[in-house]
Amino acid sequence: MVKKMPETKELKLFVSSSDTAIPKIMYEVLLALLPATLMGIYFFGLGTLKVIGLSIAGAMLSEALIQKIRRQDIMVTDGSAAITGLLLALTLPSNSPWWMVCVGAVAAIVLGKQLYGGLGWNPFNPALVGRVVLLISWPVQMTAWPKPTPLFSHAIDAVTAATPLGILKMEKAAAIVNISRIDLLLGYRGGSLGEVSILAIILGGLYLLFRGHITWHIPGSYLLTVALFTGVFRLISPAEYASPLFHLLTGGLMLGAFFMATDYVTSPVTRKGQLVFGFGCGLLTGVIRLFGNYPEGVSFAILLMNSVTPLIDKYIRPTTFGKKQPE
Amino acid sequence: MGTTYFIGGIHPPENKITAGCPIETFPVPAKVLLPLSQHIGAPCEALVKAGDMVEVGQKIAQGRGYVSAPVHASVSGQVKSIEPYLHPIGRQVSSIVIETDTNQPQEWANSAIPLLKLLSKDTAALRDQVQDAGIVGLGGATFPTHVKLNPPVAKPVDTLLINGAECEPYLTADHRMMMEHPQELVSGIQLLAHILGISQAYIGIEENKPDAIAALREAATKIEAKGLTINVVKLRVRYPQGSEKHLIQTILDRQVPPPPGLPMDVGVVVQNVGTVYAVYEALSLGKPLIERTVTVTGSGVRQPKNLKVRLGTQVSELLDFCDWDSEGAGKIILGGPMMGMAQYTPQLPVIKGTSGVLVQTRAEVNTAGYRDCVRCGKCVEVCPMFLMPQTLSIYAERGMFKEAEEYGLTDCILCGCCSYVCPAKRPIVQMVGLLRSLKAAAKAKG
Repeated sequence: MVKKMPETKELKLFVSSSDTAIPKIMYEVLLALLPATLMGIYFFGLGTLKVIGLSIAGAMLSEALIQKIRRQDIMVTDGSAAITGLLLALTLPSNSPWWMVCVGAVAAIVLGKQLYGGLGWNPFNPALVGRVVLLISWPVQMTAWPKPTPLFSHAIDAVTAATPLGILKMEKAAAIVNISRIDLLLGYRGGSLGEVSILAIILGGLYLLFRGHITWHIPGSYLLTVALFTGVFRLISPAEYASPLFHLLTGGLMLGAFFMATDYVTSPVTRKGQLVFGFGCGLLTGVIRLFGNYPEGVSFAILLMNSVTPLIDKYIRPTTFGKKQPE
Repeated sequence: MGTTYFIGGIHPPENKITAGCPIETFPVPAKVLLPLSQHIGAPCEALVKAGDMVEVGQKIAQGRGYVSAPVHASVSGQVKSIEPYLHPIGRQVSSIVIETDTNQPQEWANSAIPLLKLLSKDTAALRDQVQDAGIVGLGGATFPTHVKLNPPVAKPVDTLLINGAECEPYLTADHRMMMEHPQELVSGIQLLAHILGISQAYIGIEENKPDAIAALREAATKIEAKGLTINVVKLRVRYPQGSEKHLIQTILDRQVPPPPGLPMDVGVVVQNVGTVYAVYEALSLGKPLIERTVTVTGSGVRQPKNLKVRLGTQVSELLDFCDWDSEGAGKIILGGPMMGMAQYTPQLPVIKGTSGVLVQTRAEVNTAGYRDCVRCGKCVEVCPMFLMPQTLSIYAERGMFKEAEEYGLTDCILCGCCSYVCPAKRPIVQMVGLLRSLKAAAKAKG
C-alpha cells in the first residue's frame, strides 16, 4: 500500500565528508609545536613549564568561561584555545612573572578572539594580540631575556642576555660576527622561550606542510621576502646590515612564518592572496627590523597584515569558471 | 588521446561495489506511480483519467511547452487515481497511479530497424520521435533531450560529447550499460550525430572503468555513418569529472560561459550514456522511455545490484529486492552520495532522473552539528568552478541574496566538493542549494 507521507516539518541538513575535522587539525598543530616547546624547556630550564602551563590554562579557562557566559556549547577541548595559549607562551621570555602570563592569555582569548565571536571570526591572531598587549604594557619585562642555561649544565640562573637582533640594533653588524650560526640554528641564544630553536620550528613546520594543514605559500613568500629585502641592504652596506641568513635564523621569524602567519582564520583563503599576505609580512618585518625602533617586527608585521586580510580576500578572488574565455 | 585534467575537485573513496554485477531486470511491480513532472520544464497534463485501461508504452501525459517531455505508461493496467504523491525532489507532485494487470503483453518488436535505414531518415522526424518517446537527460539533470538536439541556428554545434565518466562514488549503472551494450550505444551516438548534423563525437570515461573503455573502443571501430569519428577518451578519476562543463573543458579545452551559458554556446551537446541508450531504443525499436538502469547500493544493502527498473516502481520494493537493512539504515539517497537527494522515506517512485539508490548505515551518517567557518581555504582550493564557497556559504547561511549572487550563487554547480573537504563540517553546498531554492520560490511568487 502506497502511503502519502506528511510534509516534513524539520529541515535537516546532513553532511557526510572526509575525516579531517577541526579538533584533529588543532591537535596536530600542537604536536608540531612540541619540538620547539621541548627545546625551550631544555634551554631555559624547568621554570618554563610554569609559563607554558599558565598560558595554556589561562587561555582555555577564559575560553570556557566566555562560552558559558554566551550560553554556547563549551568547545574548549577542540584544541584551538590550547594552541593560542602555547603560542603565546612560546613568544614570552622564559622567566615571565605568573601574573603577566595570565594577563596575556586572558587578553589573547578575550580581546583577541571571543569579543569578535570566537573561532573563525577574529581578525587578528589571538596569541599575537596577547603578546602585543604585554609588550606595550610591560616593555621591560617583555624584553629582558634570560641567557640560555641548558638543563643539567649547572649554569647560574637568571643572567640576562640580549637577543641577537637586539645586539644588531644596538651595535650594528660588526657586533654579530661572533655569533655562531650553529648556535642560532639549535637555539643557544637569548630570546623568547619557543622562538630560539630554528631547527625544531622548521621540523614542526615541515610536519604541518607534509600533513597538508598548511601550504608553502605563506611561509615561503614570507621568508623569501625577508631574505630578499635584507639581502638588498646587505649588498648596499655590509658594514651596517646583517646577512639575510642571520635574519632568517633570528628573532621570531620562523615561529611566526610557520605557525602564526599561517593561522587559517586571520590569513587570506586564496593561494594568490596568501602569497600577497606573506610578501606583506616579510616586507613589514624587514622594514621594522632595519629601520624601526624595535629590534624585532614579526608580531607587528603579522598583525598589520591580519588587518589587510579582508581586503586581500575582497580583491584577490579566483576568476569563476567560464568567465574568461581561453584564447 | 591520453588522460587529461581539470583544475580542482576531489577524489573520494570510489566504492563501486556493484561494478561486477550485471544489470538484472527487476520484475514488473504490482503498481506504479508516475509523477507528471519528471523533467526540467513545464509539468505534464494527464491524458488519462481514473478507471482508464492503459497499455505499456502508451502516452499518458503530455506537456504543453516545448521544454517538456511526455510520460508513458510503464506497465499495462488500470489507472487507479491521479493525485499528489511524494516526489524525489521532496514535494508532493500530481502522479498517475497504475495498477498492473496480470497479463503484460509482449511490448515491442525484437528486431531493430537497421541503422543505415534510420540514418537515411529526415533528422526532424527522428528528433520528433525522440521527443515523443519522453526522453530526458538520464544522468540526473532530466533536461528534455529533444531540446538539446535542436540547437538554434545562431549557435552551431560541432561536437557531441557522451558522458560516461560516472564520477559519483558507488554508481555503476552507466558503467554496466557501457560494458553490456557498447554496440547499441555506438549506434545511438551515430543517430544523435546524424540528428545534429555533426562529424565528431567523443565518449569520456574515467580510467577506473578500463573494461568499459575497451568495449566502447572495440564497438567504435564499426561505424556505419559516413564521415563520423568517435573517440573514446580515458579520463582521470576525479570528482566532478562528469559535470558537463568539466567534461567539455577536459576533452575539448572549451569553457562554457557562466549561466545562462550552455554547452551549445561553445558548440557542444553533451548526452549521458543512459540517454544515448534510450535514444537508440526509441528510434530503432520504437520504445518510449519506460524503464531505466538504477544502481541499488551502499553498506545498508546486503545484496547491492544494478537493476533495470520500470519507471514508477517504489524505491522500497527495490530495497526489499536487494535485502536492505531497514533497521540499521541511516540515510537513503536517490542518486550518488555527492549530488543525490537524501529522502526521509523509501515510499516514493523511481523516476526518469533516478540513477541510484544509496543506503548508508547509521554509523556512516554524520549527524553531528557544524561549526563556524575557520577560513582554512580548502573549499576554495577544491571548487571546480573557482568560487569562494566559504564566503558564499556564510552569505547563504544568512539569506543574503545579493551578496551570495556576487559570490557565485548561480555559478555553483552544487557538486559538493566544498562540503566534502570542510573541516568544520559545514553543509556548504546544502546551504547554497537551499538559498537557490528560496530564490526560485521568491521569484515564482513575483
